Amino acid sequence: MRNGPTWFNVTSLVLGFSFLYLPIVLLVIFSFNESRLVTVWGGFSTKWYGELFQNQQLLDAAWVTLKVAFLSASIATVLGTMAALVLVRSGRFVGRSLFSGMIFAPLVMPEVILGLSLLLLFVAMDQARGFWTVMIAHTTFAMCYVAVVVQSRLVGFDKSVEEAAEDLGCPPAKTFFQITLPIIFPGVIAGWMLAFTLSLDDLVIASFTTGPGATTLPMKIYSQVRLGVTPEINAVCTILVGLVTIGVIAASLVTKRQQVQRERDERLAFGPH
Amino acid sequence: MEDTSKAMPVPKRSLGAWGLIAVPYFWLLVFFLAPFFIVFKISLSQIAIAIPPYIPTFDLSEGWSAFKDNLAMLSFDNYVWLTEDDLYWKSYLSSVQIAGVSTFLTLLLGYPIAYGMARSPKEWRPTLLMLIILPFWTSFLIRVYAWIGILKNEGLLNQLLLSLGLIGEPLTILNTNTAVYIGIVYSYLPFLVLPLYASLEKLDISLLEAAEDLGCPPWRAFWQITVPLSLPGVIAGCFLVFIPAVGEFVIPDLLGGSNTLMIGKTLWVEFFANRDWPVSSAVAVILLLLLVIPIVLFQNQQQKMAEKDA
Repeated sequence: MRNGPTWFNVTSLVLGFSFLYLPIVLLVIFSFNESRLVTVWGGFSTKWYGELFQNQQLLDAAWVTLKVAFLSASIATVLGTMAALVLVRSGRFVGRSLFSGMIFAPLVMPEVILGLSLLLLFVAMDQARGFWTVMIAHTTFAMCYVAVVVQSRLVGFDKSVEEAAEDLGCPPAKTFFQITLPIIFPGVIAGWMLAFTLSLDDLVIASFTTGPGATTLPMKIYSQVRLGVTPEINAVCTILVGLVTIGVIAASLVTKRQQVQRERDERLAFGPH
Repeated sequence: MEDTSKAMPVPKRSLGAWGLIAVPYFWLLVFFLAPFFIVFKISLSQIAIAIPPYIPTFDLSEGWSAFKDNLAMLSFDNYVWLTEDDLYWKSYLSSVQIAGVSTFLTLLLGYPIAYGMARSPKEWRPTLLMLIILPFWTSFLIRVYAWIGILKNEGLLNQLLLSLGLIGEPLTILNTNTAVYIGIVYSYLPFLVLPLYASLEKLDISLLEAAEDLGCPPWRAFWQITVPLSLPGVIAGCFLVFIPAVGEFVIPDLLGGSNTLMIGKTLWVEFFANRDWPVSSAVAVILLLLLVIPIVLFQNQQQKMAEKDA
């Protein structure tokens, strides 16, 4: 068996990744286009970025979106981590399969159904729609993603450390905060980031559950995109893509360093074998 | 998605442990499960010019007899309507067809990528994996939007093809089903590549070496060893593309044309443009029933895989 990449493998990787990245790269390039005609190059310019910061509506929408994303990601992380602990640690209880069903179903459920059903709930509860209803809706579907991410972290973890703490008389809450949480922390952080970007990104569920005064950035982008491609929208998208890329790369570097650190700690703790 | 409950003992629980179960459970019951019952109930109601725009609304303060009267007003008329107007069943069929074709195309494109990743040198793999995951983190809406500038008549693709002299006049791609296929393949490619890569990476290379030593040509070894062993990854990936693609709204709305029928878009129009809440609820109920089968199949397959790994 030949080892190393063959020409076929390299070609399929190059073509595949070009397909994935070319559209985004083109979008970024054309956000620096001087010309208003989005597909004709008219020279380099950053004027569209300057105009963005004059657009008060867009800035308001961005601010609402960030607030919703931050709050919903934080609540979803707490609820999702609890749900993951229940799935992995709680053993059998009445309604367990219903519980795990409710965790996994939203991951594949079409967004139009989630959005419509939550809206009808809020109407039935006679709840005025706006910031809080979008926040609750995002929390609900994001907590399921957090639960799955944290669960995968909990499954591969040595339970004997926790049991040792409990045998030594450590109360469960203290065991959780001093032992379990530090170990699963990378999963919790990854879950929070996933929840944050999902909320930042969501158009469909937010459109159903929002009300006056709570227009989110994706809704704003969507309403402008329907009218056609504009350089301003290219600029907004470039900023969003840039922020997310920096965030993901930074997070992966941090997790990598933590992993190296933990492996070193474990080697020290258990000594040479 | 494994269910390990059977192997677990039933522990004695403190109040805190019950609280741990109760809080997320209660949240999901109220904000995930209960809404479905409301959707079902409203799908049996009638449209009305009122706020909210349907009757009957159940107001428990009006007493038991009013409640019973309201109950009698519920009917399956909306479902009958869905079968009578061919827009709806055409939308369902066309959603399934578009999702099916797109899933197949995603597999055709995704398999060589996953294969190339699994066969690449070990030190490349984390980087390649991250390159596959990164687009998943960037906005879905933005990635779909990026294609509009490429596919439209005076767009970048047509400019390129015209300047190369490959075509005499611009191709119409935007606002056709072709654009919807491209959009779905592009958006969902990572969902297919990830599970497929996971199962291809686990594949034992020595099996292929043995086949080669025994004189089996590489293409035959591929069909008889690699493909069957990667089948769990193929199935998981295809479900992850197919299920959400059936209910997709953003892609058919932005890239598709007026004759692109997809049920997610039909539901959206019914709700936001026609303001017919009962009919859009009925559409949602049927869509849910349509997807229950693939979702259950998917869960079973995941469970089987988890058991095999254990």
